[in-house]
Amino acid sequence: MSQVDPRPGDPAITPALVAEHGLTADEFDRLTHMLGRKPTFTELGIVSALWSEHCSYKHSRPVLKTLPTTAPYVLQGPGENAGVISIGDGIAVAFKIESHNHPSAVEPYQGAATGVGGILRDVFTMGARPIAMLNSLRFGSLDDARVRYLFSGVVKGIGDYGNCVGIPTVAGEIVFDPAYEKNPLVNAMCVGVMHEEDLIRAKAEGVGNPIMAVGARTGRDGIHGASFASEDLSEASDAKRPRIQVGDPFTEKLLLEASLELIKSGHIVAIQDMGAAGLTSSSAEMAERGDVGVTIDVTKVPTRESGMTPYEILLSESQERMLVVAKKGHEDAVREILTKWDLTAAVIGEVISEPVYRVTEGVRVVAEFPGSRLVTDCPTYSPTARESAEIADLRAVDPSSIPELAEERDHCWTLERLLSAPSIASKTWAYRQYDSTVRTNTVIGPGGDAAVLRVRGTNKAIAVKTDCNGRYVYLDPRVGGRIAVAEAARNVACTGARPMAITNCLNFGNPTRPEVFFQFKEAVAGMGEACRALGTPVTGGNVSLYNESPLGAVYPTPVIGMVGLIDDISHITRAFFQHDGDTVLLLGEMSGELGGSEYLATIHGEVVGAPPSCDVERERAVIDALLESIQAGAISSAHDCSDGGLAITLAECCIANRDCESGAEIDLSRFGNLADRAILFAETQGRIVVSSNVPDRVMEIATRHGVPCVLIGRVRRHSGMLEITLPRSSVRASLDRLRSAYHDAIPAIMSRTPEHATFDELSQVAAH
Amino acid sequence: MKFGIVTFPGSNCDYDAYHAVTDVLGEEAVYLWHKDHDLQGSDVIILPGGFSYGDYLRVGAIARFSPIMEEVAAHAKAGGPVLGICNGFQIACEAGLLPGALLRNAHLQFVSDAVRIRVENTETMFTDLYERGEVLRIPVAHGDGRFVAPEETLDRLESEGRVVFRYVDAAGNVTPSSNPNGSERNIAGIINDNGNVLGLMPHPERACSPLLGSSDGVRLLESILTKVAA
Repeated sequence: MSQVDPRPGDPAITPALVAEHGLTADEFDRLTHMLGRKPTFTELGIVSALWSEHCSYKHSRPVLKTLPTTAPYVLQGPGENAGVISIGDGIAVAFKIESHNHPSAVEPYQGAATGVGGILRDVFTMGARPIAMLNSLRFGSLDDARVRYLFSGVVKGIGDYGNCVGIPTVAGEIVFDPAYEKNPLVNAMCVGVMHEEDLIRAKAEGVGNPIMAVGARTGRDGIHGASFASEDLSEASDAKRPRIQVGDPFTEKLLLEASLELIKSGHIVAIQDMGAAGLTSSSAEMAERGDVGVTIDVTKVPTRESGMTPYEILLSESQERMLVVAKKGHEDAVREILTKWDLTAAVIGEVISEPVYRVTEGVRVVAEFPGSRLVTDCPTYSPTARESAEIADLRAVDPSSIPELAEERDHCWTLERLLSAPSIASKTWAYRQYDSTVRTNTVIGPGGDAAVLRVRGTNKAIAVKTDCNGRYVYLDPRVGGRIAVAEAARNVACTGARPMAITNCLNFGNPTRPEVFFQFKEAVAGMGEACRALGTPVTGGNVSLYNESPLGAVYPTPVIGMVGLIDDISHITRAFFQHDGDTVLLLGEMSGELGGSEYLATIHGEVVGAPPSCDVERERAVIDALLESIQAGAISSAHDCSDGGLAITLAECCIANRDCESGAEIDLSRFGNLADRAILFAETQGRIVVSSNVPDRVMEIATRHGVPCVLIGRVRRHSGMLEITLPRSSVRASLDRLRSAYHDAIPAIMSRTPEHATFDELSQVAAH
Repeated sequence: MKFGIVTFPGSNCDYDAYHAVTDVLGEEAVYLWHKDHDLQGSDVIILPGGFSYGDYLRVGAIARFSPIMEEVAAHAKAGGPVLGICNGFQIACEAGLLPGALLRNAHLQFVSDAVRIRVENTETMFTDLYERGEVLRIPVAHGDGRFVAPEETLDRLESEGRVVFRYVDAAGNVTPSSNPNGSERNIAGIINDNGNVLGLMPHPERACSPLLGSSDGVRLLESILTKVAA
């Protein structure tokens, strides 16, 4: 070990400074004990970043370990930049989801843009070429002007970044609920494909190999972004705007091409994105994975401005940078590739045999940690978990005790209200701003149950989707966690895909509060149950805690990113009705569970009741029956029943595709044991509406799988009406009105902001 | 026939054009590097879509100074076919290969959609295989696609049959709501006075497979094949 003295000019280590760095007294003691001395300012900064919740998963790791992570086709599970699965033919798919909630709450445009940039880098550092982006967004009510500012800024940020890099944004979900008022959730997922032999891991190896900084120069932006993301949002958060990084998608595009060329070239042994906590975490994590020592000289790092201290260089979160371990003697070859793409590459350190993590400023050692303990010594916590009595009371409310409104006697009124609720209404306003067709693989783009992308060079396609109903998780985290996985699986299955694996982004509140930690533990347990039953292991993901504002915690929102495989592109199935005269069938049970429904929230303003039950074995049977029917060529269309219930599903089957509208004649009178409103709007799980020209075949297959299957009506391509007969009443809705409710709702709300306002003008709205 | 597809820093539809030419047309294609001065014997040049130089300064404004553009301009001057798609159209305008300019969409948002365009002139080497007045379904994806030019230039383009594609509705009518970006006179694509440089905002290379929703773009590439080979 070297002699490490305080660096002249650096602040003295005081209890106040330690607290400011987010370290508890106990954590500081651990650090002192590990070093055998007081840390330097630089060391304190390093540990503050690496032991932040965002980097260390200190509150979540023990719980996450309970999730299933293996399957024969999983090539890379959790712990790397992204998970990787094999889809056969020597082709692998890399995918990962990550949050950028805190930056987006303060600076929506850059927050969302850099979220896209970061997740793209996580995928291409595995050696995969990104082929699709998804995003899962949560905002408060659109009636609020600031929410509209956040929504339009986030959408523009996602679009501008992805469009410029040239990766299609193909799917996702957008939900609006007051629970996310001051703390929006912005989760971005990236999917890439590669030949299996190109898979590369971020593991430093080979004593004497040079460590190189590649890509953009290091500036003072984003310092302490990781720590910022590990605390509650408050009125003071705006003051931390400088902690937010600024993205440059043009540089990202160059870096993408250069990195893939580097990986192919054989000149490097490892590559990792300098993401959260920048150079610090990328170098420490690569060293830890390879069980080697590293030494880095900060004076060799190309910087954007002069006079940056070691502390700043190590903790900068400047975007579009990579850390590369090159093969010794291949430095010039690496530089040549970067130069071709007008980017820089500089040797900044070396892999060493001595088991230390050392940072120097020229010859002066400014930080040194023993072995990989910088990563491994981070404490983990298992805080108390206790359900909130208040939420338990909400769950106990019987939804049938809520009286119907007078207006509800006309079911069309309710149906139109639900179709125009922003969480259900068409999100074309946002999707039109995303290039969804670049790279010419997009078979089904935004607006379907899941997006489908062909895989070039094969007869296969992959289906991808993100899902989570935070309201269910709030009311019952165990069931809600199960549903998040099951619904994502059902969605990819509706396109003809076998669910393969998931990545997850767990957005929760402050874990030191027992009621929040209860939600976290229970939701993860529910997810694990569903993953095991459905055979979809977790290959990685991200945890975002401290999603709290002065208004309280967001709904617990464990977003699932699911990847499914379609073995034959001829099996690709659409969500909306296709052919006149097709029979409409319902796979799954009818049980009238209204708890936690969009109906109660939108029509009655109530978030109460037990969410619909979720039997994961039944979910599996429904998916199996559907896939067998699709593969037998018996299915014309398939659409999952989810938010808003069966009535909304049927309406979407009729009107979701503006170029292929169909009417339908539906008879649900057989379900006389249930209330009419429950038949229409209950969100009972495990149900899929299919249309078929060989219904007997579907019935036969479903019966064999033990799945209830009933014939409920017929597609009337040109009737212009959705007609539903109920036990005690009926619905006769014109498609014109349904279409208008569904498609015009969000554009109408967004036009409340002056139509030609610039983003800067919108920013002023936001300041008020 | 050999297609040369220029890769500028920030091009991102070069790959799509390459696959349309090789997989769909079955012809030879090469990528041409922006720093080179060699068209590698290409018969047809495609300036692909994307965000060359990040759209910094102004769309297409920096790419036109790329070394390869000298050879592209000479090729165009000699009557060689040049197809500028999206960012390639913007670059062709900046380079003076086509008149007019492409400005920020009127509604100020990026627009990604499958739009309809009408073939206004079938007497070109790019549209020979279409029917006059035929309505095509082709994706657009751009933030700066509003075609503008002085009135007299627009009039001349119209009178010389150089407006090749126009945004229309499903019935083939020119309407304000079918115009995705506010282009003057719903103009989606124009050709130069020699008839060998076509620029258009929609992406024909993305409309080359029924699986992806449309193969209306195939005949544009095939037209070049028949006309230039003949």
